[in-house]
Amino acid sequence: MPGLGIERDVLIEAPAEVVWRTITEPDQMRLWFADRVDLVVEPGATGYMGFGDQGGPVVVQTVDPPKCFSFRWNHPLGEEPVVGNSMLVEFTLTPEGLERTRLRVVESGHELRGWPDPEKQRYADEHREGWGEFLDRLAGVVSERRPG
Amino acid sequence: MTTQADDELWSAVADPSRRRVLDLLVTHGEVSASWLAGRVPFSRQAVSKHLVVLEGAGLVSRRKQGKEVLYQVEADRLDQATRAMAKLAAEWDRRLGAIKRLAEAAHAEAKEKR
Repeated sequence: MPGLGIERDVLIEAPAEVVWRTITEPDQMRLWFADRVDLVVEPGATGYMGFGDQGGPVVVQTVDPPKCFSFRWNHPLGEEPVVGNSMLVEFTLTPEGLERTRLRVVESGHELRGWPDPEKQRYADEHREGWGEFLDRLAGVVSERRPG
Repeated sequence: MTTQADDELWSAVADPSRRRVLDLLVTHGEVSASWLAGRVPFSRQAVSKHLVVLEGAGLVSRRKQGKEVLYQVEADRLDQATRAMAKLAAEWDRRLGAIKRLAEAAHAEAKEKR
């Protein structure tokens, strides 16, 4: 993960094509992601995602069925004032058998503010190292150094 | 969901060189900018710039010892960052769980119909 990023994966007992539909069809996305998903899943397409009475834009990046799907979005506003930031979400589907798929997601770009301009895009693409591991390690060191 | 303070914190450590400086502070306690400069592949000037940003985000603080300025990491602020990360990770675990259930149900249903 670049400056800051989350990496998670899950093993699914279904073929990649089925998982692909679950993550790319707006009807399905409404069941696991946002209350409202207005989106055409094509590279460069801009859509809208709603969470309760809030929402924001989403821009599709990569569509490579059934292997890779990525898009950019903003986390919804909370009660605190928020400086807009855009995150890149990248899904990767890897078959592990005929009816089994490893689904991996990487969310990155939390340190960027607003929609990325070209410089920020390049920066985000260039910085992809283990921030997660770094923080894990630091958290361990920090808690060791704490008295009591 | 993030606050402006969170954004500043994460911007402070987005840079790998800055993370290296922070890493050294975490593992070595209180050190000077010169000491840091001797252990990184970039200039003393760059070290100072990184320290300014880290201080601005509250991740590092300084104190004077005689003529020297010593820097140390602010543990609470680091904790904040790790907690925020953990929260986001949990969000994605939840979503992946939902995707798994949906996909497996769809697949099972399709198989039954054959």
